[in-house]
This record gives sequence, C-alpha cells and structure tokens, in this order.
Amino acid sequence: MTLQLAYFAILVILGSALISVFADQMPSLLRTAAFVLLGVGSIAAIVSGVSTLISGSSFSATLPFGLPWLNWHVRLDALSGFFFALIGVITFAISLYGPGYVREFEHGKQPLSVLGIFTGLFIVGMLLVVIADDAFMFMVAWELMSLSSYFLVAYQHDRAANRRAAFLYLLMAHVSGLSILLGFGVLASFSGSFAFDILRATEIPALWATIAFTLTFFGFGMKAGLVPLHAWLPEAHPVAPSHISALMSGVMLKVAVYGFIRMTFDLLGDIHWGWGVAVLIIASVSALMGVLYALMQHNLKRLLAYHSVENIGIIFIGLGLAMVFMGTGHKVLGVLGLIAALYHTLNHALFKSLLFLGAGAVIHSSHEKDLEQMGGLLKRMPWTGLFFLIGCISISALPPFNGFVSEWLTFQTALQAWKLENGILRTIIPLSAAMLALTGTLAAYCFVKVYGIAFLGLPRSRHVRRAREVGMGMRLAQGMLAVLCLLFGILPTHFVGVINSIPIQLVGVGLPEISAHGWMWLTPINADTASYGAPLVLIAIAVAWFLLTLVLRRGKKHTVHDCEPWDCGFSTPDSRMQYTATAFSMPIRRVFGLLFHIDEQVERNNNTIKHRLTVTDRAWDLFYKPIADAVHKAARQVSRMQSGNVRIYLGWSLGTLLVLLWLIT
Amino acid sequence: MADYLNPAAWIFAFIQALLFAAAAPLLVAWVRRVKSRLQNRSGPELMQPYRDLYKLFGKQAMVSQNTSIIFRAAPYIVFCTTWLAAAIIPLVVTQLPTAAIADVIVLVGFLALGRFFLALAGMDVGTAFGGMGSSREMLISALAEPAMLLAVFTVAMTAHSTNLSSVIEHVLNSGIILRPSYLFALFALMLVAVAETGRIPIDNPATHLELTMVHEAMILEYSGRHLALMEWAAHIKLMLYGVLIANVFFPWGIATNFSTSAVAIGLLAITLKLILLAIILAISETVLAKMRLFRAPQYLNLALLLALLGMLSHVILEVGT
Repeated sequence: MTLQLAYFAILVILGSALISVFADQMPSLLRTAAFVLLGVGSIAAIVSGVSTLISGSSFSATLPFGLPWLNWHVRLDALSGFFFALIGVITFAISLYGPGYVREFEHGKQPLSVLGIFTGLFIVGMLLVVIADDAFMFMVAWELMSLSSYFLVAYQHDRAANRRAAFLYLLMAHVSGLSILLGFGVLASFSGSFAFDILRATEIPALWATIAFTLTFFGFGMKAGLVPLHAWLPEAHPVAPSHISALMSGVMLKVAVYGFIRMTFDLLGDIHWGWGVAVLIIASVSALMGVLYALMQHNLKRLLAYHSVENIGIIFIGLGLAMVFMGTGHKVLGVLGLIAALYHTLNHALFKSLLFLGAGAVIHSSHEKDLEQMGGLLKRMPWTGLFFLIGCISISALPPFNGFVSEWLTFQTALQAWKLENGILRTIIPLSAAMLALTGTLAAYCFVKVYGIAFLGLPRSRHVRRAREVGMGMRLAQGMLAVLCLLFGILPTHFVGVINSIPIQLVGVGLPEISAHGWMWLTPINADTASYGAPLVLIAIAVAWFLLTLVLRRGKKHTVHDCEPWDCGFSTPDSRMQYTATAFSMPIRRVFGLLFHIDEQVERNNNTIKHRLTVTDRAWDLFYKPIADAVHKAARQVSRMQSGNVRIYLGWSLGTLLVLLWLIT
Repeated sequence: MADYLNPAAWIFAFIQALLFAAAAPLLVAWVRRVKSRLQNRSGPELMQPYRDLYKLFGKQAMVSQNTSIIFRAAPYIVFCTTWLAAAIIPLVVTQLPTAAIADVIVLVGFLALGRFFLALAGMDVGTAFGGMGSSREMLISALAEPAMLLAVFTVAMTAHSTNLSSVIEHVLNSGIILRPSYLFALFALMLVAVAETGRIPIDNPATHLELTMVHEAMILEYSGRHLALMEWAAHIKLMLYGVLIANVFFPWGIATNFSTSAVAIGLLAITLKLILLAIILAISETVLAKMRLFRAPQYLNLALLLALLGMLSHVILEVGT
C-alpha cells in the first residue's frame, strides 16, 4: 500500500511534467493544472514517506523496466521514507508558491513548457533516486535528476553568465556521476550484481572498500557542494528561477546526502574511522569557507547558495562524527551523530527553501537581486519579511528554532570525544567543534547583514521603494515552511523518536535514551549528561515577555513614533547614508583576508571617486585553474596529430585497430 | 533534570532570577565606584544606576519614523533573552530546574538571539552609526562566542555534562585540583567576558565618541523605557559573565541544598566573589587603554587560542589518566 502510494506520487508528478508540454499554447495550464498535480503528488509522497518511517519496516518490489537481466528494484525503507517525505514537503511548498511566481515568465522569451516539464522530471528523478534499490536504477534516476536540473539552470539562457553557469553545472554533475558510477563498479565487481541487497551482503577487502568510499565520497561530495568541489553551486543555484533554487538547495543537495548515507552506512559494511576523519576535516572546512564566502556576497541568491555549502558542511560534520564513533566501536554515539546529521538535513531543507522562496518573493516584486539596492522591505512586504526573519533566525542556529536543535545535537555528539581511546581523534573532534562554533556565529553575522540591509532601514533604490507584498499562494508557501521551522524547533523529541527507526534499520542500534523522559525533554545520551526542554524554552520566553509587558504597560506614557532619527545630532540621514552590505562585512574581509582573493581598486577622476571591489573564491585559483590548464595543455599535445594529411589519419586508424585487436585476443 | 518537579526548586529558581535582575545594576555601580576611586574621583553613588533606570522608565519613548516593528520589539527580546540566560546559571544554589531545561549551549544561544535582535535594531534606524555598531558588535561576538563555547566545553567535558548545575557540583566534588585546562579556560572566558560586555579594552561603556563606540552606537536611537530595558539587559549581562566565571571555576560556598544556612552562605559567597571580580575588572579597566577596532580580532584570537589550548590539554593530558 505504501509503495503503491509512492508510485502514485511519482506518476502524478510525471503527469504534471507531461501536461506542461501544452503550456506554451495555454499559459494558464501551468498554473491551474501542473502545479496542482505537483501538490497532489507531493502529498502522496509525504504520506508514503512518513508512514514508512513510522511503521519502521521496509517495502520492496521489482518493476518490469530496465535491462532484460536486471529489472528495476525499488525499496522504501526508513531512510528512503525520510528523504521521500522531505522531497514531498518542499515540493508541496513549491506547488503553492509556483502559480504566483511563474506569472513573471508568462510574458518572457523562454517557453513555459520547458519550465513545467523539467520541474516535474527533476522531482521525479529525485524521488526515483531515493527509492532505487539497485545501482543501475540509481544511476539512471541520478542522471535524470542532473540533466533535468541542467535545463532549469539554463532556463534563462539569454544571458551569457547563465549559460556559463549551466555548463559548469553540467560538467561537474557528470564528473560526480562518473565517480559514483565507478564507486558502484568497485562494489559490483566483488558481488557480481548491481542489486543493493547483494552489495550489502558482500564483504569487500579493506583496500577496495576505501577506494569505493573515496570515489563515492568525491562524487556525492561534489553534488552536495563540499569545499573544494563546490564551485558549481554558487554559480548554478542563483541563476535558476527561485522556486527551482529552493528545490536545488533544499532538496537536491539532500539527495546527494542520501546517496552518501546509503553508500557509507548501508552498502559498504564496516566503516573505517579514518574515513570519518577525512569527512570531518573536509566538512569543517566546507562549513567555515561556505559561511565566509557567503559573507562576501551581495547578490541575495548567491549568498544563500554559499550558505548551502556551509550547511552541507554542518551535515557532513555530523556524519563524520558518526563514522568516527562507529569506526571505533561506539555505535550508540555514532547513531547520535547520524541523527544530528539527519535532523540538520531536514532543517536545512526547510529554512533554506524558505529563504530562497523569500528571496524569490523579493525579486518578484522589486526585480532586484543586489542587496546594495534593497532596504526597508519589511514595511512594504510585512508577511514575507516576517517569514524571512524566521528563516534567518533558524539558519543562524538560534533557539527556539529548528537550526539550533540540530547544531545542539551535533555539539553533544562532539562533546563525547573523551570516550575515544585514540588521542589524535580526541584532538580532531574538538577542533571541528570549534570550527562549527565559529561557523554558527559567522552565519548569524551574515544574516544580520542580509536582514538588516534588505528588510530594515530605508530603501536604497526606486524600484525597491515601490515593492509590494506578493500574492496569497506565495505567502502561504513561506508561512508553511516558517511554521514548520518553529515546530521542529520546539517539538524535537517527537521527531527524533520517529527518525530513530532509520539507524535501527541501517546499523541495528537506536538511541534508547533520547526521548525516554517524556515529550518535553531531549536527552541524547542520558539525563545527567545533557537535556534540552525545547517547549519549556518557548514557554519561558513567552512568560518573560508577558511579565515584562505587564509591568511596563501600566500607566506609562505612549510611545512617540513620528520623530526624526537623532543620529548623534547630525543632519537627518537619507538612504544613501546608511551602512552598505559591503561595509557591513568589511571587518570580516579584513580579518580573514588571506582566505579570499580580493581585488580592490579606487579610481579618482576629477571629482568622482570610483571604488571597485571583487572578492573571488580561492578555490578557482587553487584547484580549478590548474586542472583546466592541464586539460588545455594535454589537448594541445594531442592536437599535434592533426596534420591535415589523410594518409597519416588512416595510419592512426590502422594502428588503433591493431592495438584493439591485440587487446581482445 | 532530576528535580524539575520539585516546587521548592522552581520557587528558588524564580527568586534567583529576580535577584539576578535586581542585583545587576548594583554590580555595575560597584564597578564604577571602584574605578572612580582608582582614578581619584569620588564617583557616583551605588544607587545611581537604579535612579537612572527609574528615570528612564518614566520617560516617553521616542521612536524614529524610519523604523519598523523590529526596533520596538528588540528591547523586550534583548531583555528577555538576557534575563532567561541569567536564570539558567546557578547563582546561590545548584540543582536548578532551569539548568536542566536549558544547558550551557542554550545559554550561549540565548545571548546570541538577544544580540541578533540588538544588531538588527541598530540597522533598523537607517543611520550610519547604527550599521557601524551592528557590524562591529557582530564581528566581536563572531570571534568571542566560539572562544566562550570552547571554554565551557572544556569544563563540560571534564564534568561529562553540559548542565551547569551538574558541572558546578562536579567541580565541588572533585575538590581542589589544579587542572591546566581549567586555567586556560578561565583566562579565555575572562577575555571573552570583557569583550562581550563591552568593557575596556574592546569597547568603552562610558563614551559616546562617534568613531569608537560599538554597543552605544547600536542603542543610540533608543530612549525612555526602551533604553532602560537595553541598559538593564547590559547590566544583567555583565553580572551573568561574572557569576558564570565565579561559580564554574570557583564554586566553593554555593549551596547544594535548600536549607536556610546553606542558602545564606551561598548568598554571602557569591557576593564576595562578585565584589572581588568587579575589583579585578575595575583595575584592568583603569590600567588598560581602549584598543583600535582592528586590534580586537587579535585580542579575541588570543581568547580563542587559550580556549583551544584548554580543550586540547584536557583531551590530551587529562582524559584517561
């Protein structure tokens, strides 16, 4: 029944893609039918995912597709169910948001059908990846996801920058796909089959397991956006339409996380702690570099994209901790790390989609992407402003919202490092906890900047001054995600109790203690070690607030609203005298200057002073340019064969043929 | 979390929170007084902060027309979060139910939430000073908060708990042992406390010099009861760091049960500890000069380094021996 519901979800979303073929003739079709079908499909996905998760069992089947000797195996277990429901939740928000948002494209140059078809196929691809139970179907679905999202990134291809971003995305998606395929190949060569249940049962020599792990970590890490493989992410995510950015950042990166968890915790068998250390180091660097580069951005969506790098880093810190603990025989602690990572996966999906939808709403109504031109949007778009604020607080990991709970769990896992025997491990884990702490505070810095510059103060340009609140559907989608951010922040115990079935299925151990003290208490290890009463925290804030207003409101004079700002007695400030986004993050640019590639120029012409500042990713110089140069050089060497002489070409062909024949015999 | 159903514990927790809020201005007044004496001034009376707060609460609050709801809500949020953070810390007795609800990570989270809104309020007015103050405050806290977390993690790892009550009881029970990790953590936390409460050498609470102010720049536009709440929250924050340092590193004297004599000794002990810490703060403020803003990161890096050293010396030297 659950599996049938999952098929239904996939078929309905596929139907949404098919119906969009006619969207060019009938633009309203996209709004009235395609998004409705997405909504129906996503509800089915949520129901089937959640029911799998709650039941704690798994459902599998073989479909009559695929190769003659290898039919498609599908399986919905707790882990798949979790990601299935996660994709469903964000898709549901998109289905509410989309109809209002795509109006903008109805009069555009690009065909609407492309948007509808590939949105549907993209979501279908992700759902199929999650329920795939053999490597062949996994890779087919993976490619469907990558290719269809390429067309969405390239949707507004009239701008050269967008085409370049889309090409980079396609290239890196395929390098990562290739690497994952090779990883599966290593596993398959030992088991002789592609089906996951056979891969799972096969024991692999440690060396080959490490090779397979490295290949898949590279592949999934590139798709998830770990530093230094993240270069495509800040290019590709901002240029797609905003609801697609929400899907890509909120969900597609999570599908890569799913692949990594499936591969490492399920298929590879015994985890070596050394892998965990590698993951931990790369993840910590990703988290820190992600947030530092985010601080340097003033394109709103690009900034959010860099924050995805940061949050993927935080998720992988949890996974790395889990691997270290599991590799050293502390299974329960490993499970805690895994739960923290899964919790952050869900949380990041919620608040990052919320923020991208909010950014989309701002861009929709002001046609402005640049933070430096925004300001005062809270007064013009009060609902979007409120929801965006909730997103900002959640992503900055502040209580009582959801981001805090998952970071709290990650910290609690890291604080158990004293249980390890190995001194080096005991040293590395606190270091990564320090980087996580720094990341959290820098994220708060960045979101004070975003919210303060964009939503507070005075508008910095005319079209932003004229911005209006967006339509009902777009507000509803953001509101739903904002409410979920709060709910997952104050009721973590229920949720953790539900996802506890994932580690029970994967590694056979759950967390017995975490919800043992009633629904109010989150006690990851035991009640003496640490406890967090999330609902009580919210109640405490409410009570303190109530007491305060009760004391202060009685018999006091009213507030005066219409005075000029004082500003230390200087003249009345106008919008150009406000702090800018670049100025706001200047201290960070100075303190962490070595990590950025900064190009700052001041030009003086007569009476005008022009200040030009570009901050670029060091990863380009360090990793990508050498590779690109090497490829160029190799190509030049190869081009020596191109003499233009037909006889020599024929000679090459003959030589190749001979070598091939010799190889075969 | 063993005692969270004990009504006496809740009553104590509530009284303690009220005491925290009531005593905080007195501590500030004491620091000012000692500082004045060290500088050969007579200084304001000990009741002066209370008079200031009373005066401000009675005044009309002026709110600029440029601002949004954030500006008006921020004083309440800042005060609530700071006060709740203070309520987590055992002041006179341990075994607080509030310490089980919210551990030391939540404490840092509360302070961060308050600061988030404080910084937003600074940007809400749309003046240059507000943004400047917010940017600087976030820079300082971005570097100070990790140091603080690491310092408390060091202690928490020793006690195998992040619950402040348990941590303090663990330190009490283990007797007087000189742990290198504690020394590092203590120095780190003291440096952080100075930075986070906006004291010299990072910020000067007594000046409104435009180019150097940090905290004052953010609350420049506040008046009336809004300003009173902001000031009061700042007072509580100073006391919060004082109590945290005093009770976590030198917990001796704190009451571990609710008997009258134990509580009286606990009250006396914390008063003495705070008086001493305040004198140390006043001396350091007198002999040091305020640093340039871009020297502050070096100062905070020192705090981070000390905290990290504390953590590492704990996991390398002390675990398993």
